[in-house]
Amino acid sequence: MSVTDDIACREMVELMSDYLEGALAGDALGRFERHLAGCDGCERALDQLREAVRLTGMLRVADLRPSDRDRLLGLYRAWRAGG
Amino acid sequence: MVELPDDRELVERLRAGDEAAFMALVDALQTSMLRIARMYVSSAAVAEEVVQDAWLGVLRGIDGFQGRSSLRTWIFRILVNTAKTRGVREGRSAPFASLAGDDLEAPSWDPAAFIDPGGSSVGAWSTLPVDWRGIPEDRLLAGETFAVIRGVLDSLPPLQSEVLRLRDALGWSSDEVRNALDLSETNQRVLLHRARARVRAALAAYFESGDTA
Repeated sequence: MSVTDDIACREMVELMSDYLEGALAGDALGRFERHLAGCDGCERALDQLREAVRLTGMLRVADLRPSDRDRLLGLYRAWRAGG
Repeated sequence: MVELPDDRELVERLRAGDEAAFMALVDALQTSMLRIARMYVSSAAVAEEVVQDAWLGVLRGIDGFQGRSSLRTWIFRILVNTAKTRGVREGRSAPFASLAGDDLEAPSWDPAAFIDPGGSSVGAWSTLPVDWRGIPEDRLLAGETFAVIRGVLDSLPPLQSEVLRLRDALGWSSDEVRNALDLSETNQRVLLHRARARVRAALAAYFESGDTA
């Protein structure tokens, strides 16, 4: 691996979401993974991003107001009644 | 969150007049639909009308639903079309830039964390990121962590917020989100990247401030 082949850490962080998305392929993926394997800073940065994604996934989504539910149930019943 | 039945079963039950099935769908999608509609129209009240119209469109069209996309993607397409039409009628334009935010090209990390141009190893870390693997799980999962994430969701530009909610909070696939919100593959990825970067940065500020006990 030549030095010029390497990606700067500053650029690595901009590729991390694409990497987690599986959107890097071929050469770009190879260079990303080679850098990652030898860089503690980027490994930690990627772990932070993974953690952010995991924690967002544990968020509880707000419940609907009961009045909204009732209104929409009414809509469904009216649609049924009207055929 | 309650898991919905698969699309085929759900569609059959909707056609058959199963109220519980309809309400399960409403519970899963309505809050996202209201926020999305709000991007295109002038007020929350109009957004509610748009969402109601969209549900009517869904019910009227359900017999013709072919299953070429997922049911929720199909519903969101009806919603986005209804909302855009209404927005145009209101004379309200919602340019992509105003919905997506003007920070799409901004760096995702504080540039001060990297060695300046002119140094010997340009763009390498000058300050190593903190190793979050040392943070205990009970601190990671404290209520404040989720308050921080909610705070970011509330402050992000609308499309970034919605992509992040659908992808990472609700677990939709990138194709579903792209189709539901009428985004190109690239735009979906850029919006997700920016939104995740903001969450990570906000969490870093929180985890790494004060005591980490």
